[in-house]
Amino acid sequence: MKDIAIVSFAQSDCVRNAGAKNEVELIMPVIKSALGAAGLSTAQDVDFTCSGSCDYQQGAAFAFVLGVDALGAVPPIKESHVEMDAAWALYEAILKIRMGHADSALVYGFGKSSPGELPTVLSQQLDPYYLAPLWVDTVSLAAMQARMMLDQGVMEEADMAAVVARSRRNALANNPHAQLKGEVAVEQLLAEETWVSPLRKHDCCPVSDGASAMVLCTVEKAREWGKPYAVISGIDHRIETHNLGARDLTRSVSTEQAAAVAGVSDGAIEVAEIYAPYSHQEIILTRALGLGSETVVNPSGGVLAGNLMMASGLSRIGEVAQRIINGDIKRGLAHATSGPCLQHNLVTVLEAA
Amino acid sequence: MSQPELLSQDFELGFTYTRSTGPVVGRFLTDLRDRIIVGIKGSDGKVYVPPMEYDPVTAEELSEFVEVGQSGEVVSWCWVKEPRDSHPSAVPFAWALIKLDGADVPMVHVLRASAESEVSTGMRVTARWAEETRGFITDIDGFVAAGDES
Amino acid sequence: MSEEREMITGIEVPIYLKYHFTAGEATARFLSQVRQGKLVGQRCPSCNNVYLPPRGSCAACGVATTEEVEVADKCTVESFTIVYIPIPGNPIQPPYVIANLIPDGANISFIHLLSECDNDTVHRGQRVQAVWKPQEEWDYAMDNIRYFKPLDEPDVPSESIGKVPVTGWEV
Ligand SMILES: [Zn+2]
Repeated sequence: MKDIAIVSFAQSDCVRNAGAKNEVELIMPVIKSALGAAGLSTAQDVDFTCSGSCDYQQGAAFAFVLGVDALGAVPPIKESHVEMDAAWALYEAILKIRMGHADSALVYGFGKSSPGELPTVLSQQLDPYYLAPLWVDTVSLAAMQARMMLDQGVMEEADMAAVVARSRRNALANNPHAQLKGEVAVEQLLAEETWVSPLRKHDCCPVSDGASAMVLCTVEKAREWGKPYAVISGIDHRIETHNLGARDLTRSVSTEQAAAVAGVSDGAIEVAEIYAPYSHQEIILTRALGLGSETVVNPSGGVLAGNLMMASGLSRIGEVAQRIINGDIKRGLAHATSGPCLQHNLVTVLEAA
Repeated sequence: MSQPELLSQDFELGFTYTRSTGPVVGRFLTDLRDRIIVGIKGSDGKVYVPPMEYDPVTAEELSEFVEVGQSGEVVSWCWVKEPRDSHPSAVPFAWALIKLDGADVPMVHVLRASAESEVSTGMRVTARWAEETRGFITDIDGFVAAGDES
Repeated sequence: MSEEREMITGIEVPIYLKYHFTAGEATARFLSQVRQGKLVGQRCPSCNNVYLPPRGSCAACGVATTEEVEVADKCTVESFTIVYIPIPGNPIQPPYVIANLIPDGANISFIHLLSECDNDTVHRGQRVQAVWKPQEEWDYAMDNIRYFKPLDEPDVPSESIGKVPVTGWEV
């Protein structure tokens, strides 16, 4: 099996409202930047292109097709799309390369969630007979998950606030693209009133607009290009039942399974970028991934600092890859999630060459 | 080029779908219309309410329906201070995971209460039916504290 | 439970989602100028193709388009279809003609209506011109043009459609 390298990554700022920017205008700068860092200029220069997005976010049918206008797809390119976070577009690209159908790929994700009411839009991804007609939103489902953890003594509210405080602090120190950042004390956070109790507004990721992009290829190709790279040493994703009542919401079995297959515990993890849209979910995930105090969790601030729905999973992988490419770390992991209450999880282990 | 004008406008996107229910969901909704709640037995004998078509662990096709109680226990909940336009309540309410008597798996539904302080994990609740039932999940108007259903 | 009760076999689940849509920069520029009765496309800096309406990029080259180019409201029919079935919500009564039109000064088509024409003789290469609404009704919308109607001009040869500027329009 061919080893796969990430050679470049680019992400836009996370902004609450990108206003007068259409799909193409959001995507094009990050695609140009990722391709440029790999020494390439258009999608013609890679063998495969795959994107992740969800048209319901902006309410524009087939918006992902319009996004192709940013690529330079004449003559026609090999292109695909997932109606998921672009971390899964990366997974498709990896399969394509491993099957020998491509040596290089461009992967990008974008989300313009500002036109709609995201938690309500996401209620319609649920069971169409029993849940979607109730319009139960994703914040409420996460709040019930947090309540279970509090009731069972798995964590306390101060633990949740500590996650938020660290996210804001890390975003301030390390992430110029973050939407929410700053120094804020745990006591200050706990003094705020609840929003969807037991969650406070700060326990929930913000709604953001933006995009991110990545170039990957075989290790041989990366050497040919003469670019520094990070190697994907393991990747796996698992999904749990859609029936929320049938899951143990206080842990993430699918993350545990994916982490085992991806080889998380085969070596020390210096940095972990985790896609936890709610503070309590970071606590579930660090446990499921078996991370200890030797690992720096979410140095970027994670998605509590800015959540590009459909691109943030790819950005987690990019954040870790970039640190390896820069020579800052040797080994790290990235996690991406999809669905309510961490239903579906993808774990990637990245290493220096 | 000068900066463009900012052009924006409200719009509503409508998907007017009908869905086939199949024998399992259809049976559950038919019973709701008759003010009865049924679950289904999973491969290991666990009772799922609402009924699932396939066992989430074994993928076995399920068919053994079981009538369950209309009261049960709150397994978890959250309090919605500011209901959204789409929510099934204009005033503050709770979403809850409710394990009905005779069921093993809790279901998500509305829990109506006048204040957050009246809701707690483990509390007993009872289904309150809509005035008219039609074979839809909202035939259960919501759950209320046991004793408050009338 | 009675055996003969009518089973539920399907449910109506209408979904309505509210959005506040903001046009992209290229679209906003285009619509602002349509409101002034002008058709303004954008030219690709790489291949010179002129897009109308513009989307801010050249789909072929994958580069941003910024240079604005005003084009004529005279067009050449590149392709067309005659619609005989009523479309729910569409006030236009069939049969009517929808055409891909290439405006003079551009070489990528857009879609609009043809009218005041003989449906049976509409053809590729036919020359047409916009029929605008009265100026006081102009808005940020392409239906400022009610439809296009045939011009008494020679056809553009098939192989030249979309390839050359025509009728005195200088690129
Ligand atoms: Zn071009």
